[in-house]
Amino acid sequence: MMAQTSTVARDGGNPSAPARRRSHQPPPRRSGLPTWVVPYVLLVPGLLVIAILLLYPLYQMVDMSFHKVGLRQIRPNPQPAEFLGAQNYSDVLASDLFWTSLRNTVVFAVVTVALTLILGTLVGLLLNKLGRKMSTFLVVGIMAAWATPPTATAIIWKWLFDSDAGVVNWSLNLLPDGLSNLIFGRSDWSGQPWLNAPSTIYVVLVIAVVWASFPFIAVSVLAGLKSIPSELYEAARVDGSSAAVTFRRITFPLLKPVFSVLLVLSIIWDFKVFTQLYVLAGGTTNREAFNLSLWAYTEAFSAPPKMGFGAAIAVILTVIMLVITAVYVRQIVRTEADVR
Amino acid sequence: MKPQTVKRVKASGLNTAAIVIFLFAVFPVYWMVATAFKPNDEIFTTRFIPFPLAPTMDHVSRVLTQGVAGHSIWRYLSNSAIVALGTVLIGAVFALLAATAVSRFRFRFRTSFLILLLIVQMVPAEALLIPLFLMVKRLGLYDQLVGLIIVNVGFTLPFAIWMLRTFVAAVPKELEEAAAIDGAGRFVTFWRVLFPLVAPGLVATSIFSFITAWNELVFALTLINDQGNYTMPVALQFFTSQRSTDWGGIMAASTLMTIPVIVFFLLVQRRMVSGLVAGAVKG
Repeated sequence: MMAQTSTVARDGGNPSAPARRRSHQPPPRRSGLPTWVVPYVLLVPGLLVIAILLLYPLYQMVDMSFHKVGLRQIRPNPQPAEFLGAQNYSDVLASDLFWTSLRNTVVFAVVTVALTLILGTLVGLLLNKLGRKMSTFLVVGIMAAWATPPTATAIIWKWLFDSDAGVVNWSLNLLPDGLSNLIFGRSDWSGQPWLNAPSTIYVVLVIAVVWASFPFIAVSVLAGLKSIPSELYEAARVDGSSAAVTFRRITFPLLKPVFSVLLVLSIIWDFKVFTQLYVLAGGTTNREAFNLSLWAYTEAFSAPPKMGFGAAIAVILTVIMLVITAVYVRQIVRTEADVR
Repeated sequence: MKPQTVKRVKASGLNTAAIVIFLFAVFPVYWMVATAFKPNDEIFTTRFIPFPLAPTMDHVSRVLTQGVAGHSIWRYLSNSAIVALGTVLIGAVFALLAATAVSRFRFRFRTSFLILLLIVQMVPAEALLIPLFLMVKRLGLYDQLVGLIIVNVGFTLPFAIWMLRTFVAAVPKELEEAAAIDGAGRFVTFWRVLFPLVAPGLVATSIFSFITAWNELVFALTLINDQGNYTMPVALQFFTSQRSTDWGGIMAASTLMTIPVIVFFLLVQRRMVSGLVAGAVKG
């Protein structure tokens, strides 16, 4: 240990550190940076990456959305882009696709975020209640779903929902006819094509995304639960409080910061779902099934590329997300002590 | 009923719920693997065949030798590995520095920086794709794995910092102060005290970034043109033609892509669960 101390002492230490024990030795010279500079130096690489790869493109995206950017502007020796004003935006808003994509985006996000959070929280609570072995068993199981790459997730669910050889249609055919009629209004599911019509594509998409994302919520909720002092629960038990009341009065308030972070992250992830939809909808041909991300991508990258138009869609999607999450970002800033 | 019986009934109810959720989580993955080892007549059938009756390596060996889109699956797996490892190595260093800054120091713009981290994550990748595509093209990095690595670093970094910051904050400051009292310099304190304690968190964060980069589809789709540079997620799209899908092949390839990630996940899970600082404080 001592050897290292002498070689690296030039980095300086904490200036506010109390006096050294061996006071006869002069303290190592602090030729390092003054303390106030250190955090900025540490931040520089990360900030540069964020500025170059996220903020500058963000600015460019907004800029492009006011221009006509096509093939001529992206090939070598580009021609200057023609300024269009808000033309791209009015075209987007006038398009029928805007309303279907917006509806698809919002409905999908609301349903998926709700289902993911509910299922994830229930599984988190369950994990906390289970015995050690059973809990590990379940964690290993849900890890498998969590770890599956989105591309593979979509492919697997596409296969499970296959019209002829899919397990889902086979299982639905197992239901007693009366029950199946009562719930779905039909009893024969053979050959039911799930991945043609946008509405059923989204049913499969919701299931696939919930399947892949509830484990993260469950494990995070479990981690939060473990941090709650058990005395609180003992006190609640002594007072004869029911499970529901205990959850509402103790668990939920204490986990509120965890929930708000999970909520924001889920909204962020589900609002811009792309990979799974791209695979399930079979690329960029099924226009009725577009959400805003897939629409923006299609306009910008399939021939003829309309990058300014695509950028306008992307700006709209970003603004919607910022507005929705602004409230929660504020809440995180207020509740997470270490952010302030 | 005796309280003990109530307890037992309750426990068996919970265990049943656990098994149901376990099956829901695991069955799709199992089904992928099972399909990969089934001969075609067991795949394309309306019957339910719970496991391969005549297990075959046909699909696996086919995707490894013939492959898809002109190259073996090995090629795409190694491209994905290069991109993911590159992203992690660069990202881990940057994230650790930034996370240390925000959780060990108070400075101006600290809150602004944290809010910035949250906000940049809200920007859809597909949106920035358009300017990034042009930027990568102008820099001459189009169709190169390096370009993909750089873009992936940008997109994994905000979350990596955000996640790692809590791990750094979980290390008691007193340990570093004690090291400083013992005369350790800033670097020694960081390297000898903070780093080992944050290491499990850094591993967890790195795995997050690794998996994000390993799984990433849309950048690879747009920034790569040559089939030899495709990553796995892109290659998987080529098992489906207009009319039909090679389900055996796509499941075999998906299995090859998924299993390493699952194993990776499970290995690290253990280390993550073991108390972060518990050992340091008690020991």
